[in-house]
Amino acid sequence: MKFYQKVMLSLGTASALVSPAVAQEAMTLDEKVNEAFAAFTGPFVNLIFAPFPGTSFPWIVMWLVIAATVFTIYFSFVQLKFFKHAISLVKGDYSDPNDAGEVSHFQALATALSGTVGLGNIAGVAVAVGIGGPGATFWMILAGLMGMASKFTECTLGVKYRNEYPDGTVSGGPMYYISKGFSELGLPGGKILAILFSIFCILGALGGGNMFQANQAHAQISGITGAYPGWITGVIFAAVVFIVIVGGVKSIARVTEKVVPFMGILYVGASLVIILMNYDQIGWAFGQIFSGAFSGLGVAGGMVGALIQGFKRAAFSNEAGVGSAAIAHSAVRTKEPITEGFVSLLEPFIDTVVICTMTALVITISGQLISDPATGLYVLDGAHIATVDGNTGVALTSAAFASAFSWFPYVLAVAVVLFAFSTMISWSYYGLKSWTYLFGEGQTSELVFKVIFCVFIVIGAAANLGPVIDFSDAAIFAMAVVNITALYFLMKLVKQELLSYVARLASGEIKKFTH
Amino acid sequence: MTSKIMIGLDGHGSGERALAYATKLAKVIGSCELVVVYVIEWSPYSFQTPEENAERHKRREEEISTAMDRVINPALASLKKAGFSAKGIVRHGHVADTLNDLSEEENAEQIVVGRSTESGLIKRFFGSSTANLVMHANVPVTVVG
Repeated sequence: MKFYQKVMLSLGTASALVSPAVAQEAMTLDEKVNEAFAAFTGPFVNLIFAPFPGTSFPWIVMWLVIAATVFTIYFSFVQLKFFKHAISLVKGDYSDPNDAGEVSHFQALATALSGTVGLGNIAGVAVAVGIGGPGATFWMILAGLMGMASKFTECTLGVKYRNEYPDGTVSGGPMYYISKGFSELGLPGGKILAILFSIFCILGALGGGNMFQANQAHAQISGITGAYPGWITGVIFAAVVFIVIVGGVKSIARVTEKVVPFMGILYVGASLVIILMNYDQIGWAFGQIFSGAFSGLGVAGGMVGALIQGFKRAAFSNEAGVGSAAIAHSAVRTKEPITEGFVSLLEPFIDTVVICTMTALVITISGQLISDPATGLYVLDGAHIATVDGNTGVALTSAAFASAFSWFPYVLAVAVVLFAFSTMISWSYYGLKSWTYLFGEGQTSELVFKVIFCVFIVIGAAANLGPVIDFSDAAIFAMAVVNITALYFLMKLVKQELLSYVARLASGEIKKFTH
Repeated sequence: MTSKIMIGLDGHGSGERALAYATKLAKVIGSCELVVVYVIEWSPYSFQTPEENAERHKRREEEISTAMDRVINPALASLKKAGFSAKGIVRHGHVADTLNDLSEEENAEQIVVGRSTESGLIKRFFGSSTANLVMHANVPVTVVG
């Protein structure tokens, strides 16, 4: 009794003492999280985005572009030659009816897309266009087209070297193809690279696959409801994600997976309507995109500034060369790993060339970016282009759509929340696969990762856009450093597959099934 | 010369009646091969989470073995009792299309199915599997009420 009273009393005092402090802290909690986060991640971000000496050009952007170019040339423009074949594969023309019920090409593509189509397409493009001007779009499209070859390479390997367990489940991804492929070629260091990749993939899952999503979802929601602390959104998101990935309530994820594609179609549909409503400006918008691509039209850093922004956001949006898609694509049931490679090359096309371009066109046409009528150059506000309402990121996209449909921010808010959620679910899986690769499978080990994942949702929602976006980019690009290094060594294995497949396709050994 | 009859089961009472009718028909014909089919409704165009995809092969095997145990094997046993040796097939897909495709693959001369068990809105929007089969089949279809 006495003990009980004591506890109650001390609790009472504690709360009396703490409450004013809590109220004060709550106001600055977001700022504190932000400050600590920026300080902690700074060195890593600086290393990844270090510019070439004497220039402002980050080496990592060059790294991705060179890789995409090498793969494009090495596989002699596979993204053009096999584009039609890829569509045919997705339609199921080459699927054996006896394999019905297994994961189809369409399903693998749709799953991978729901991991990539998301905030990168809505908020990321706004960041690119907001800093690099409409010209960034040109470089984004180019990077998307080239990135198709990177995606082809990694996804073919993902299926070829996946693990199939006796119980019928599969695990695949760069960590598996790096270690298996290297040992097959008799090369050293495969295991080390695979471990490095897994570490970066976990960071990427926590960064771009998680914090960036939470951050932008909060920005979008608070844009409608009025400002409130970010950690509240974070806690709610974390709770729902926790229920799904820890509680095993799959129905929520299943509903999202089904709603997300329709949100995607709705988003593209709305973009098209806005573009067509302003059909007289389409020519002008493309003019801005082309002239901006080579002159910058006054943006910070000029042409190079536009190029860096375009390449960065394309890579962040479609993840070509990063290796994440190889994890998602590896579940498909096919006798020919290369067919999944063909299918996966549609992913950067849909994600970047179609959807990102839509966002960029709508922002350009909406006139949100302020330009000086006398010179035709954009007016700068710090590093950003000045916008009508001072918006950046997802708020800029939202304002651009609102200039045509005043109600669209509500639809966009729902879309952003769902996209953020589905991307988080996908990345929690990618991160988990890397985690179990490092620490072994098992309930405790998996639970530890899942809890960490949920904690980062709260941090992501509470931090400012700047540090979050820098860390997200850095972590995802770090994956690309390891993955692409490995791809250079492994690409001849893909070439063998490609040559054999092409020969059998020509000889008629591989043929369409009549349905 | 033997005749081949394909029987589409749905795991419900109407499938049982289709089986009984086909048995009777086979006895009348005399020399007759029977193929018993159960189609698991499935679409290659659905949306799934990465985790569902990773486990899909395992689930598929489970679905097939459940269908074998619950629907196909009892049917084969009852046919055996009636003196017929029959083949059993379980396949995923759109019910009407898959039955029709299988009838071609197996060179079946006719298909016997139970009347539809779908009801309400679904039937109004998409039609029943049985109706779709009757409309699109390449071989004669007998619907047992």
